[in-house]
Amino acid sequence: MPEQRVVLKNCGIIDPGQIATYLAADGFKALKKARDVGQEQVIQTIKDSGLRGRGGAGFPCGVKWEMAKDAPGDNKYVICNADEGEVGTFKDRHILSNDPFSLIEGMAIACYAIGARKGYIYLRAEYHYLYDRLLESINQVCEAGFLDGLNIDVYEGAGAYVCGEESALMDSIEGKRGEVRYRPPFPPTKGLWGKPTIINNVETLMNIPWIILHGAEWFCEIGTERSKGTKVFSVSGDVTKPGVYEMVLGSQLRELVEGLAGARAVKAIQVGGATGRIVPHDMMDTPLTFETLLGAGAITVFDETRDIVDIVRQTLEFLAEESCGKCSPCREGTEVMVGILGRFTRGEGSAHDIAAMERLSQAMMLSALCGLGQAAPNPVLDSLQYFRGEYDSRVKG
Amino acid sequence: MNNHPHQPSNRSEDRQNLLLLLKDAQRRSGYLSDQLMRELAESVGVTCSEIYGVGTFYSFLSTRPQGRNIIRACKSLPCCLKDSHLVISSIEGAIGIRAGEITPDGRFSFELVNCIGACDSAPAILVNNDLYTELTPRKISQILKEYD
Repeated sequence: MPEQRVVLKNCGIIDPGQIATYLAADGFKALKKARDVGQEQVIQTIKDSGLRGRGGAGFPCGVKWEMAKDAPGDNKYVICNADEGEVGTFKDRHILSNDPFSLIEGMAIACYAIGARKGYIYLRAEYHYLYDRLLESINQVCEAGFLDGLNIDVYEGAGAYVCGEESALMDSIEGKRGEVRYRPPFPPTKGLWGKPTIINNVETLMNIPWIILHGAEWFCEIGTERSKGTKVFSVSGDVTKPGVYEMVLGSQLRELVEGLAGARAVKAIQVGGATGRIVPHDMMDTPLTFETLLGAGAITVFDETRDIVDIVRQTLEFLAEESCGKCSPCREGTEVMVGILGRFTRGEGSAHDIAAMERLSQAMMLSALCGLGQAAPNPVLDSLQYFRGEYDSRVKG
Repeated sequence: MNNHPHQPSNRSEDRQNLLLLLKDAQRRSGYLSDQLMRELAESVGVTCSEIYGVGTFYSFLSTRPQGRNIIRACKSLPCCLKDSHLVISSIEGAIGIRAGEITPDGRFSFELVNCIGACDSAPAILVNNDLYTELTPRKISQILKEYD
């Protein structure tokens, strides 16, 4: 299955600083159509399209929207999650830099569909250089008369990976420490300031205008039975052509990594960043879908010269540092794993250490409060499964 | 930014904007000193520990003095694979301090940070809000010259 441009259709085509170029590329026709067909029909179309969230969790977008629309209350919010902090992810930076207007149109449609008058783009502080440009884009859309009383604002984070997690993100907008919330209640019923809120990834919202314009059936023809549409991947590491690639869902990992990005002598690939999966080279025929491998689309490639145990140690160090600290399985568990992995990288591991990491992994997956802690054991368990020899060779003997 | 932080009626709004207030205070004063946090706690009507809690949670807020320019070098895996350690030691050599320190003249602070989303053109650093990519040790001194 090939590359196909749905999300990135305007990137490199329009001038991101000139709304006129976006209008010439059918810009804001979808918003007009949405307002013509009505809220119910917009949500039905998104549900029928099978669009799932592109931030990693893959929740059905239309279902989320319907819950927020049906939730009682006059004040509702739409948040675009542009806190792209997953290690190895930069697709949203590429999108925001090249086509901010599709995102704003997607947000305007989302606001209309659930009855929100206020939208936030939560931008990570590391992308501050995009802040003024995004505000300027919103101004241009506003001056062209498309927002119709709707207020879209950019809220800048302050440097915290965990704020990409939706409940921590909302706490951050509320001016607090970005700590994860207990759920339920879920954001569509009780979110920002306790009001019904939908939080969608940049890429998810980018899909909205074209689905509205071309219909759910058109979108359903792209991808697989349960993974509709395309996915934008950020490819980096040991490849000759790192960059952003958009592929039809269900495409093989090999096609992306070797075919497009030019990787050779691959040892392993980390799919989905720090909390993602580590895939050995002989599993590169795996299709990229929500059911198999995806995450937010970070693809970090390691060639045969790389030390897997050290890669896993660095990954867990990152997670330990970025844990919000609210729940002990994650706060303590990641620290313990860093300690154990450090022993292995120094050649001082023991068989007992491996058993301890496996037990700890089970406990973290079952009891951590959010995706960070639940998925933190992934790189440990995957590397133990596929690269056990690299651990065994460092057991102090 | 609220112009009348001492009016009780605005306090709940200030609490909602606490992160923005802290960022603004840091912009004006360079960092979040104990005194500044105490004053803010009083004017917003929250405890010092709450202010301190928020102030220490985010990596772009600092409760210690910072240099006039902040160099943030990415230490995450994709940059590591592209030899970011050479860039990091080149920065340390150029300004004579190690990560976590400030130059004696206050011109630079240097920090190692997690992924800054420029992995396609690694290794990368941020100097203040400017992004520099595809770095080699030789490019560093030229870049740092731009910052007084």
